[in-house]
Amino acid sequence: MNVLPCGDAALLVDVDDLREVLALADALRADAPPGVLDVVPAARTVLLTVAPGTDLAAVRRAVLELRVEPGAAPPDGEVVEIPVHYDGPDLDEVGELTGLGRDGVVEAHTGRPWRVAFGGFAPGFAYLVDGDPRLDVARRSEPRTTVPAGSVGLAGEFSGVYPRASPGGWQLIGRTGATLWSMDTGALLQPGGRVRFVEAR
Amino acid sequence: MSAGRAGGRAVEVLAVGPLALVEDLGRPGLAATGVGRSGAADRAALRLANRLVANPEGAAGIEVTFGGLAVRATARHTVALAGAAAPADVDGTPVGHHCLVHLRPGQVLRLGVPPTGLRSYLAVRGGISVDPVLGSRSTDVLGELGPPRLEVGQVLPVGPEPDDLPLIDVAPVADPPGGPVTLRAVAGPRADRVADLSVLAATTWTASSRSDRVGMRLEGGRLDWAHGGEIPSEGMVRGAVQVPSGGEPVVFLADHPITGGYPVAAVVVDADVDRAAQVRPGQTVRFRLVDPPWRDR
Repeated sequence: MNVLPCGDAALLVDVDDLREVLALADALRADAPPGVLDVVPAARTVLLTVAPGTDLAAVRRAVLELRVEPGAAPPDGEVVEIPVHYDGPDLDEVGELTGLGRDGVVEAHTGRPWRVAFGGFAPGFAYLVDGDPRLDVARRSEPRTTVPAGSVGLAGEFSGVYPRASPGGWQLIGRTGATLWSMDTGALLQPGGRVRFVEAR
Repeated sequence: MSAGRAGGRAVEVLAVGPLALVEDLGRPGLAATGVGRSGAADRAALRLANRLVANPEGAAGIEVTFGGLAVRATARHTVALAGAAAPADVDGTPVGHHCLVHLRPGQVLRLGVPPTGLRSYLAVRGGISVDPVLGSRSTDVLGELGPPRLEVGQVLPVGPEPDDLPLIDVAPVADPPGGPVTLRAVAGPRADRVADLSVLAATTWTASSRSDRVGMRLEGGRLDWAHGGEIPSEGMVRGAVQVPSGGEPVVFLADHPITGGYPVAAVVVDADVDRAAQVRPGQTVRFRLVDPPWRDR
């Protein structure tokens, strides 16, 4: 773990891999040092922003002293269920790429809960991890100019749901009517939370 | 025109200039769900305007880019201006910035084009009380959150007057400069990703006309990448000096993206980000590197 300078109101913690990101973000959410306003996990880093006047040296010491156990089970919490119609335009291709076929992809995607790793792409969008490793597929070579809201996609080790229409290069395997984002309540998928996809019939 | 909610206190928008937005101090704590903090681009100016009218510092006011706002009072209002010192008048009588201005019902406050600086702030005693979104009345132009940009004819509700009374009539504050602006910055987090960080401080940069609330784009030099290219996306902060592949840096302002994959060579210190938000297109900018606020043992 390496703490990098990020101005006088933030620290960027650089770690080895996503497992360590998730463990560090869990530890920081459970026991945030005083003055921390925002914890922003990403693929290999966790950004901490602090209130003006916060002693960054103290925050840095607190981060370095945290007990972080990569690979430990995530804290128990509610599992958000997202019903999905598995009829995405890339479902056949993902079935071929993975060798699982259409039904196999659906089975793998719904077979175990995913975990919210990080956001940042758009309000309410969450990069989900800890899914079935057989679903690891490359992004589309040609991104789509518009992906409809509610599209459920795969990219590398991640799955995700588009909260609103936007351009995107993920492999689309289905769609959901769930509201991922609302102005009143914010994001449905919260950092550190868990998600289970279920097939809508 | 309507006088707003029945019997309510309000100001009516008669002109908006190039861009006028409702802004407060934003919505911290939601970045991990994809919601940036946003808020006034020059927070110090909004805070000052609010203090003058004895509002809480984070009350919502109007951020006026490059002047041109006109509002009509529908009740008695105490207001204050701060930030870029756009010439202002009430029904034709000039009024100053950084001081209390009293409006009677029907009177019109009008802003011209500021001689220096970019963003003026109008605080109304009681605060602009449009409906908040996720705890804030700020418009985030990148995240497309919060109240829509102001439009002519809109009636903005004003909240109840706070218990505190204004204590001072005038605050002595320097106007934003028209000449070169020097911003203090801390090297990193990805200073090692640019070939020669000294170019950042050695170059006299010019603010581009493509600047907005997302970031101030700079021209006039080039910071080359050291090796590789993009990095895995990581969290971005207000004040980040991000270096895209073209080498012309961007200083992130209030509505910056939450994550990004281009390296951040340095980060402008928090207080100076407010000054960066007052830099006009064409104005020159220099950076002075300062120590991080902590050292390795």
